[in-house]
Amino acid sequence: MSKAVIFDKVCILFGSSPDKALPLADQGMTRSEIQAQTDQVLGVHDCSLEVEEGEILVLMGLSGSGKSTLLRAVNGLNPVVRGSVSVNDGGAMVNVTTCTAKALRRIRQSRVAMVFQQFGLLPWRTVAENVGFGLELAGVPDRERADRVAAQLELVGLSERAGARVAELSGGMQQRVGLARAFATEAPILLMDEPFSALDPLIRTRLQDELLELQARLKRTIIFVSHDLDEAFKLGGRIAIMEGGRIVQCGTPREIFSNPTSEYVAEFVANMNPLGVLTARDVMVAGSGDGAGDGAEVDAELAVRDVMLRLRDQPGLTVTARGEAIGRVTAQSIVARLSL
Amino acid sequence: MNWLSDNKIPIGDWAEAIFGWLQKNGGWFFDGMAVAMEGLIAAILWVLQTPPELLVIAAFVALTWVIQRGWKLPLLIAVGFLFIVNQGYWEETTESLTLVLSACVVCMGVGVPIGIAVAHRPKLYAWMRPVLDLMQTLPTFVYLIPAIVFFGIGMVPGLIATVIFVVPAPIRLTHLGISSTPTALLEAAEAFGAKPSQTLWKIELPYALPQIMAGLNQTIMLSLSMVVIAALVGADGLGVPVVRALNRVDTGLGFESGFVIVVVAIMLDRMLRVGDK
Repeated sequence: MSKAVIFDKVCILFGSSPDKALPLADQGMTRSEIQAQTDQVLGVHDCSLEVEEGEILVLMGLSGSGKSTLLRAVNGLNPVVRGSVSVNDGGAMVNVTTCTAKALRRIRQSRVAMVFQQFGLLPWRTVAENVGFGLELAGVPDRERADRVAAQLELVGLSERAGARVAELSGGMQQRVGLARAFATEAPILLMDEPFSALDPLIRTRLQDELLELQARLKRTIIFVSHDLDEAFKLGGRIAIMEGGRIVQCGTPREIFSNPTSEYVAEFVANMNPLGVLTARDVMVAGSGDGAGDGAEVDAELAVRDVMLRLRDQPGLTVTARGEAIGRVTAQSIVARLSL
Repeated sequence: MNWLSDNKIPIGDWAEAIFGWLQKNGGWFFDGMAVAMEGLIAAILWVLQTPPELLVIAAFVALTWVIQRGWKLPLLIAVGFLFIVNQGYWEETTESLTLVLSACVVCMGVGVPIGIAVAHRPKLYAWMRPVLDLMQTLPTFVYLIPAIVFFGIGMVPGLIATVIFVVPAPIRLTHLGISSTPTALLEAAEAFGAKPSQTLWKIELPYALPQIMAGLNQTIMLSLSMVVIAALVGADGLGVPVVRALNRVDTGLGFESGFVIVVVAIMLDRMLRVGDK
């Protein structure tokens, strides 16, 4: 697996003299302490992260934790003070913090696309003209642009509204336009800055499902910013949890759920619905001994929600991994795990 | 007290010195400007005065229809122009329209680029604001004097005085429109790899268009308000009968020509009101 984006000890500071604030940040001072002493605002400090091609990585944290700031370093919207961000540009890693303006523009036009929380659509343009915006900037000829725009509109189910003004659309539809605009450039890396946070919950869930469906087909690399842990666990292959401009834990949803490394992460996890994360493996009693082999078999990676459905008509299930029985799940074992 | 009034700050002398120096050393510049403006004025005047009246009126009505659609406004324009012909002020009206149109060309041609430039340079705008205030508040008669010195008597000094008075409006409105472009839109353009020129043409100018059109409307209305003052320095047009009526205390002539100016103002305003709907 090759890397799509590599963050190497990225520091971002807002203010006129970041040099004064960097040593303080290195000493581990918090954002408010640094601001009180130097009047510089710490955005992100020493964040290192490698994003694999084709994965969905969620940057997650409360507002002000620096997640958007870190995301916006990938396409150079926020300048990096120290460290580097490298983006896979067709095989070669290009350091976007030091490359020329021209190279950065090319990366923005063809390698990294972005979806915004407030959509960022141009209200005087039609839906189709908005979707074609990135292609227009890149100088794609009219006819090819029209074809690609039509294909994207089809993909997000807005073909019939191609000629409408964006203001005539609902919030959910506007964000579909935003998604289509990002997909249209065929950039392999997508940056999503809380794209669904401004939508109401039902629409949000629907768009999350649609995004997962699209991703299954298109296999882009997605860096997704969210403050909602349920959203992060639903979408993320991996999750990086941020606090005060620093990454405090990074791992798969299950690693984070079953092994939070700090109070802050534990607090987050405590508030979420475990049924979306746990699998048969997590709720079983391990061991191939007593009772194993009784009842039907379930795979270790089956979601606990489905395990519970199966348990309605039988007292216990055998959990298997690669064909071997590794444990047994019963109503009691589930209750025991959930009440931890 | 005596000391204060005895040591008068010689503002008048300074102004005279500056304008004297300008006249001596910048003559070629002002002459060139005069030639260009005379050409512009002559061209517009030729377009308005050569064809028969009814043809020009029909053209204006058609233009109104193109801009506004619907039949009400073109009808208003037709009635307005026929009223002017009926009052016998057609020639003066074309002269005033020429002054207004020339002022529009110059003010928009200068004002919009300056507005864009200062919107991107807030410090420059801070410098420029007092100058714009001065241009708009200094009584117009005051800069008519150097205008006569540099350009003699006629349409050109009238146009210059008009431009000085009017150009702050499109500069301010263009600045307002461009600088109020939402950051979200600018960032979206940046994130998709827009060059600065693409950001200007595809984001800032379309966003500022209503403001710039308001600037055009203001330019026209303010230029029209200068018609009478321009007549004082010898510009032809609807201001001439007004000034004559004032000199002769001729109430009838004054109201006649005054009404025609009002009609022209209403027609131009309605014709160019875009985006109010």
